[in-house]
Amino acid sequence: MKKLLSFVLFFLVGSTLYAGGYRVSIQGQKQLAMGHTGVAVISSAESVFFNPAGISFLDGKMNLSLGVTGIIAKTTFENATFGDTNSTESGLATPFSLYATYKANDWLSFGLGVYTPYGSSVAWEKDWSGSHLVNDIDLKAIFVQPTISVKISDKLSIGGGPIYVNGSVNFNKNLNRSLSDTDGNRTNVTVEQKNISAWGYTLGVMIKPIEKLNIGFNYRSKVTMEARDGDADFENVPGSLPNNLSDGKFDADLPLPAEITVGLSYEFCDKFLFAFDYNFAQWSEYEALVVVFDNDAGVSTSPRNYVDSETFRFGLQYEATKKITLRTGIYFDGSPVQDGYFAPETPRNESTGYTAGLSYKINDKLSIDASFLYLHFEEIDNSYDYYQEGGQNVPFGGTYKSSVIAPGIGISYKL
Amino acid sequence: MKNIKYIALMALGLVACEPELDNSVEDAGFYSPGDADFSTFVSIGNSLTAGYADGTVYLEGQKYSYPNILADKFSHVGGGTFTQPLVNDNVGGLTLGGAQIADTRLVLSGTPLGLENLSGTPTTEVSNILTGPFNNVGVPGAKSFHLLSDSYGNVSGVATGTANPYFVRMASSPSTTMLGDAVAQNPSFFSLWIGNNDILSFATSGGVGVDQTGNTDPMTYGGNDITDPMVFHGTYDAILSGLTANGAKGVVMNLPSVTSIPFFTYVDHNPVPLDAATAGYLNSASAYGAYNAGIQGAFAYLVANTPLTQAMADAEIAKRTIVFSESANNALVIMDESLTDLTGLNSQLISMRQATAADLILLTTGPLIGTLAVEADPTSIIGVGVPLNDSQVLTESEVTMVSTAQTAYNNSISMLAAANDGVILIDVKAAMEQLANGGLSSNGTTITDEYIYGGGFSLDGVHPTAKGYAFIANIVIDRINTEFNATIPTTNTGYYPTTYID
Repeated sequence: MKKLLSFVLFFLVGSTLYAGGYRVSIQGQKQLAMGHTGVAVISSAESVFFNPAGISFLDGKMNLSLGVTGIIAKTTFENATFGDTNSTESGLATPFSLYATYKANDWLSFGLGVYTPYGSSVAWEKDWSGSHLVNDIDLKAIFVQPTISVKISDKLSIGGGPIYVNGSVNFNKNLNRSLSDTDGNRTNVTVEQKNISAWGYTLGVMIKPIEKLNIGFNYRSKVTMEARDGDADFENVPGSLPNNLSDGKFDADLPLPAEITVGLSYEFCDKFLFAFDYNFAQWSEYEALVVVFDNDAGVSTSPRNYVDSETFRFGLQYEATKKITLRTGIYFDGSPVQDGYFAPETPRNESTGYTAGLSYKINDKLSIDASFLYLHFEEIDNSYDYYQEGGQNVPFGGTYKSSVIAPGIGISYKL
Repeated sequence: MKNIKYIALMALGLVACEPELDNSVEDAGFYSPGDADFSTFVSIGNSLTAGYADGTVYLEGQKYSYPNILADKFSHVGGGTFTQPLVNDNVGGLTLGGAQIADTRLVLSGTPLGLENLSGTPTTEVSNILTGPFNNVGVPGAKSFHLLSDSYGNVSGVATGTANPYFVRMASSPSTTMLGDAVAQNPSFFSLWIGNNDILSFATSGGVGVDQTGNTDPMTYGGNDITDPMVFHGTYDAILSGLTANGAKGVVMNLPSVTSIPFFTYVDHNPVPLDAATAGYLNSASAYGAYNAGIQGAFAYLVANTPLTQAMADAEIAKRTIVFSESANNALVIMDESLTDLTGLNSQLISMRQATAADLILLTTGPLIGTLAVEADPTSIIGVGVPLNDSQVLTESEVTMVSTAQTAYNNSISMLAAANDGVILIDVKAAMEQLANGGLSSNGTTITDEYIYGGGFSLDGVHPTAKGYAFIANIVIDRINTEFNATIPTTNTGYYPTTYID
């Protein structure tokens, strides 16, 4: 146990580089292996995230699940008009999750979840052709969710809890397409703030209308990350520039949108479990990235105009032997990004996720869970058309292609 | 514990897949060189080829030289490496034997922003000969016939002006020629942009040199003279023959007009603000009134005693009569050596007149206008009480000499380009005229000929900015694509810098 914990902690302090959009749906090894379904699955402490009402129906007095995933993501960009080729630096991102549940009595259960559902880290080559939009961005958010669940009857439970979010942002871009000092070093700005606190909540309902069938509902509230008085660090500013671009402070808001999930799970042929989840994410909250500087850089407004997006998830579980359970899944992840708003800081279009995994039961209490995700993106011709220079929109676009693979490992413990 | 990280990373790395596009610009055959071969690209010319800007050659400028931009795009269609005789720093300027012989680069500096030479000491030593060969044989200051001169790269001639410090530092030997060093690389494709200085050095000197039209011996020319168009034609023919001897294809650029360069257009001919009292004084007999009366008398004498007709006299009297008024736009007083010399009749009647829009006041003259030629003497205001001298203004007749030669050179360039298979003409002249008439736009960026703020011209007022060079490179690529059936990508002009602020 101690070793495993230090293994997880080791990853926590390691570099966490994400890529491909800032919602990262990797919140549990068992459920990820099933296409990241889970709102109606009652299987492990992962329910703390997927549907807090579900923990009422877990076997055992205590359940513990922890896991970590390595995301390897890379995006390639090309512009055929100019012959440009760029790609993001590949890095290892390690979203993690830790869930624990405790059954106080027959109708009351408690839980705790620590997980990282949002994050983005995209690092393009410094001063690449889109550097006026982003050089690199690193967004992190850790969610801590105390949970309570009440079993109202053998067919119905509710659950929920507050969510405390601790996040940080670090974002670097060049000020425009061409400004530099006399040595040609491009003028750029880094905005950074750590320890941004925010609050949200989650609510869930689990219904077991008939044997073998579960229906689940989960609502996760919007969380707004409010950066206030963060550090704005301007580099390579020409000394005689008439505008005041001295280092200062910035304010910005970043919404982590509300998400509604409904789904079902159905056991069949004794050993099989099918699960389906439908996610609806209210990305339309994200209208613009507005950064307010306290110097002559003023207010920088980058329209986003995201639209609400849907995800359809399908998962299958098969208890192959007493020791081994196999899982697989597929999901279709819609994109909140409209044409013309495709910005390279979140180069994310529609994708299809293929997942697989297994659990190996070491004994009645302990099992090891492994998962693998391959996220397939079609290449896409798109652009961001709302960057302005001299009052004129200057589109930046080309062909993007991303690829993501994410193997993960974890353990489940039941007492 | 640490090993686990590496093992995990290795395992993940093995299965990681690179996102590859179906049709990548990196794929062979994505772009086509068409009928041309860009494997060895050599560019020859003057400062415009060297990437000269802001009054000097500096590293950033060289990075954005038009042939270097071209070579970067040619690399998509089989182009090889492109070497340039890089200078030592971003300060600009030159030293010879440790002594500074060229100014540092011009930048905008101070509050309010003004023009300054960048502080710092040049570290590019001319006698420090670089090892070539260099694909960029661009030598600032070179005239057409210098490309064939075998003394142009000899360091001993720098002081006397027979050699050029920029060529000295890159020449393969002291006795080589610019053309020789270019041809020795056996270019498969070339660009040639030469002839600008054959008129420009005369023009930027305010026309203090001589129009050598009719004199076919360039050995006798001074530095600020206009090259004889016959000499230009013969020289250009020889250069093109040399460059195309092995079947190389290439582009040749023609020469823009001086009237599309801010060095000649930025300073107005009539910038003098006067109140009624001052204008009245200047018009009075104690000032120009005496000159005006003297002119009348002198021409009356000439009409009576020489073949000069009354009509000719009237025309010159009208030209030379100096009148000021209460206005913000009084014309400057300038010297004009093309006027009839009257000083034999009256030493006070010097060859001066008020400027018209056809006279081009040099950019460098601008800061002098309105200052005092004689300390504490309010009647010695330069351009009002004291006429601008020959070196401070390109007069109408000098402009005509320049444009006549320019037209002749451009005719030669067109004719010789047409006579050589695989050589295409790039009409830079037309592009520069467009720059002065509304500007050039692409990729969300517009440049005009406006000095400092137009984005097209660097702070020396003669040479393009990096953005300007990028526009030129795109014009060349577009023409190559059309004429040679190629599909070379262009460059995004929006990313190139313009004027630099210190």
